[in-house]
Parts: sequence; structure tokens; C-alpha cells
Amino acid sequence: MAKIDDYTPIVGESVVEDLKLIALHLRGKQILNVNSTAVGGGVAEILNRMVPLLRELGLDVRWDVIRGGEEFFDVTKKFHNALHGGRADIGEKDLEIFMETSRKNVEEMDTSSDIVFIHDPQPIVLVQKRMNNKWIWRCHIDLSDPEQKVWRFLKEFVVQYDAAVFSAPAFSRKLPVRQFLISPSIDPLSDKNRELPQEVIDGVLNKYGIPKDKPIITQISRFDRLKDPLGVITTYRLVKKNIACRLLLAGGTATDDPEGQKVFEEVMESANGDPDIHILSMSQNDLEINALQRASTVIIQKSLKEGFGLTVSEALWKSKPVVASNVGGIPLQIKHKHSGLLCYSAEGAAFAVKQFLSSPDYARKIGENGREHVRNNFLITRHLRDYLLLFLSLYHRENIVYL
Amino acid sequence: MAELARAAEPFRFYTRLHLTELTGLRAAGLVQLVRLLKSVPGGSIYYHTHRFLQQHQYLSPEPPNDFAYWVREILGEEELGERLASIDIIQFSTIRSLRESIIETVEEYLEQRPEAKMRFAQEGGELHFKKAVSFILPTQHISYDLREFVEILKRITIDSIYFHIFEARLRLEKKTNDFSNWIENSIGNEALAFSIARLDPYVFTMEDLRRTITDLIEREIR
Repeated sequence: MAKIDDYTPIVGESVVEDLKLIALHLRGKQILNVNSTAVGGGVAEILNRMVPLLRELGLDVRWDVIRGGEEFFDVTKKFHNALHGGRADIGEKDLEIFMETSRKNVEEMDTSSDIVFIHDPQPIVLVQKRMNNKWIWRCHIDLSDPEQKVWRFLKEFVVQYDAAVFSAPAFSRKLPVRQFLISPSIDPLSDKNRELPQEVIDGVLNKYGIPKDKPIITQISRFDRLKDPLGVITTYRLVKKNIACRLLLAGGTATDDPEGQKVFEEVMESANGDPDIHILSMSQNDLEINALQRASTVIIQKSLKEGFGLTVSEALWKSKPVVASNVGGIPLQIKHKHSGLLCYSAEGAAFAVKQFLSSPDYARKIGENGREHVRNNFLITRHLRDYLLLFLSLYHRENIVYL
Repeated sequence: MAELARAAEPFRFYTRLHLTELTGLRAAGLVQLVRLLKSVPGGSIYYHTHRFLQQHQYLSPEPPNDFAYWVREILGEEELGERLASIDIIQFSTIRSLRESIIETVEEYLEQRPEAKMRFAQEGGELHFKKAVSFILPTQHISYDLREFVEILKRITIDSIYFHIFEARLRLEKKTNDFSNWIENSIGNEALAFSIARLDPYVFTMEDLRRTITDLIEREIR
């Protein structure tokens, strides 16, 4: 696991120095993170990297996961879809299931830390247990157009927190609590993002039987409707009318996503045996994902909704030209025509992919800009700094804080 | 090598780190923009006129402020965008006066072009008002003369330079930037202090600004 000083060659000495300086003001503070899954999905991935670094900086950080059965996660998946603006088929029975499991978690979990940091809606009810400590609700999902019934239900809990944190400005709502904007981040030293020798990349392509004879267009995502894998196949077919290419769809499913298998089957059906479409349902293997991204010519993220879309930053960090939907946190990562191309439809995505495939110099320049943008704004060191400042802000209400 | 003047008071470098707070307020058109410009906290005006300096240091040229960018790129009001972009922020020594100038520019335009009141951002394109919460921390770096000062300046974070040049002057309402203030009052070099104070920091990327100030000082102590 990386140490804080290992980041110095990437971000510079003074950035790391600043982190140590802020952390001095939080030394010994107990912080409890709670989410719903220890593996799979962006939240678990970020926590896996952040928690050890915060500890190294002198904070007393714990990470706990709520418990819930299949029924509970079916309901929270419905919540997730509804908060993303989808149709909500949520009845009283669903709310009862949610509350019953939540009550058990409230009873069982020790939340006596100085700061309790709750991630996403699944553990949101824990705030009922608050004492004289500080509580933060960290929302990682796109709340720009939530289904109102579900939002009203959850809002009753959100208002009991000291602060809420969102990944993009459009996700903030009118709330009587302080709201902060903190983008997630990628770890440049993790297996998913570190530099790889060419033979490792080639080895992974060989393992999955992907020849390097044509440009490779890739989307790395869970098999989830909101990632629009079928739209990616449409995009590929439009590109293929003019340019020979391969499509790579790779990803896994998280333990809190019961819908994944169904979507995977739909994707297989849509691919209809095309030998240039490679569909990989992978168990968590960061190194292989890294290799597949590095082997790609263009990377797509054609999500319909997106909490943030960290796969975009991952691709940009590898200096790849990226075509992505203008949703959620993606426009924060891509400044159109400067650090990538934004699109609104399969047709738009196909046009952008063709531009990149036809103009390699343009694609390279955009990719380089993207890497610098990520270095400045979306690496874990910036994220650590924001979290440290967030914790400090709980003890300071003023706009200019002298430490 | 000429002996350097030792400062009456040493210069301690501070750094300024910021956290972005969301206000939950958003504007979809120009009338709403003016209304919110009048009521949002000063920290929000500061945020939207300075954010680009830190987030897009590598890109140049950049739209000088979020209001100009939004009006031009989202509402398609090119002329007003240009007028807002050319507001010379360095002229203002308080957020209040900067706020008044932005409001006046939009109101004047709406008087001349009332049809612009009917332009609205598409859903998702609204301007979301944010504000900066600043945390100011002393670093371990202290200088007693210009040579020590310039060596620290070369490697300090851009956040520190940002604090001493931009935030100190406008947000904390000091008359000039901290570097000029120290060089004039503690080192007693009025000419060098002036040559730094007269720079318009808003037209530099942060790294260019560091280089320019470093060059000015190094020429002086050579």
C-alpha cells in the first residue's frame, strides 16, 4: 500500500507538505466511515485507498459496512434508480424492509466517533443514533433530478446531518444544512492506475483473446443500465461503418447490485456473436482493467446518469482520448474539446470517436491535456486535502478560517 | 556579491486552501442572475471570479470568470460575455465594489437589450452559485532577506502564492499584495515593491506569475 510520501514525485513536495500541515490540526480525531459494501463500486474503491492514508496522517479512522439481506439491497437498488430520475416502483412494504434493516444496523453499530461519515443512502438512517458528535452525509450519486417520493423520504434523514457533500453542483438541493462540493479521485499508485510495462498489457490482451489488429474502443463499467452498454454497442456499429475497429466492454458487478446479471445477458444478446465485440464480465482485477485501458485507442463513458464517472479520470490519467456523456460529474473532468469530447447521443459519440480515430495528433494532444487536468484536480492527494478541510469545517462556521 | 538588507520583520509564508461550499442557488437567466448577484455572500462572488486561476492553471487562455463563461457559452450572449470578461478585477480593492461592477454591467446590458431577458439556460445548464471557504495556515517557511525569500518562492505551493497575491489583497482587503508590502516596509526596497505591485496577476497562469516575480527579485539581488 502506498505511503503519503510516495506521491511526492507525482504531485510535488509542497502538496504533500500541505496535507501534513492540515492533518496536524486533526491529529487523534476519531472518524468512522460507513458504507454498504467492502468491495465493488467506486465508494469502496476510494475508501480502500483513503483510509490507510488518513491513518498515516495521524487521524484515527475506521471503516464499517452495514449489514443487509437480499431484500434490503433490492430496495436500495430501487432507491438508487429512483434518485437517478428513473421510475420508482416503491411501496410501503419496501420502505418497511429498508427501515427494519436500518434499525438493526442502528442497534449494532458503534457510532461514537468524533465524526461519523456516512456514504450514500443505504446507511443514511444511522444518523438517528447521533449524540454530541458530528455527522456528514456523503452522496456519491447523481441527484440532479430525483424521483420526489424517494427524495422526500431520504431528506428527512439528510436534514439531521451537520453537512452534506456532493460530487457535482447540480446534485445539490435546497437544504437547511451546509453543503460542500468534493469530487472523488483516482489513486495514481494503485494497480488500476500505475504505469505498466508493455508486456503486461500484451499479456492481458492475449489472455482475453483480443488481437491488436484494429483500433480498440473501450468502455469500462459495471453491467448497469445507467452505463448504457447497449448505447455503446450502437455507437460502435456506427463507427464501424467507416472505420474497422474492435469494441471492448469490460466490468464486473458489485455485491449490492442485483440487476447486473440481467443487463449482462442483454448485452450479450445485442452483440449477437460479432467477433469484434469483446464482452468481459470480470471479477475485481484492477491490474487487468489498467492494462485494458492502456491498450485502448479511444475510451468511451456513455452513461445516462453518473455519480461522478471516475473511469473518465482513470482514462484521462493514462493520456487516452475520451468520449463521454455530458452527465453528472463528467463535465467537471472533461472540458469539451480541451480534455476530451462530450456527447449527448450514440450518434454524437460515434462522430467523436471517428474524429479521434481519424486524427491521432489531435487525440494525443487532448489526451495530454486530460492528464494534466487530472493531476491538478482529481488525484487522491486533492481528495485527502478536501476531506481534511471538510472535517475542520465542522468545527468552524466562518468563511475565512485561520488555523 | 552585494550584502543584502536584512528585514526588520521576517516574512512568513502562509498557505491558503479552500473548500467549495454549495449554496443551492442557481440562475437560469439574466434577470435571475442579477437578483442572485445582489444577494449571494461575498465569498460566492470571490469564488466565481477566481476559481479558474487554480482549477485550470495549465490551460490558457481561460475565460476570466464563471459569469462571463456562462453568459457566453450557455446563454449565447457573446457581447455581454465579453463585457463581463473584460472587467478588470485588479482595479477593485473590495469584493463589494467588484460585485457592484458586475451587477451594473449586466443591468446596463439588459436596458440596452431587453430581449436578452428571454434567454434561458437549458435544463442542466444553470449557473450554480458556490462559495469558497478559505483555510489559512502558516507554513514553516520564513525569510529574513530577499535571497531566502526568492529561494522559498521557487518551491512554495501555488496556493501560497495565490494567498499572498490574490486573497490578501481583495478578500482580506489589504491595499497591496503581501510580497510588495513586506519588500517595501521590512526590506525598504520601494522600487522592487512597486514593480511587483504593478503586475496584473489576473493575466498570468500561476506558474508564470511565480516565474515573473522570481525574475524581478533575482535581477535585484544579482
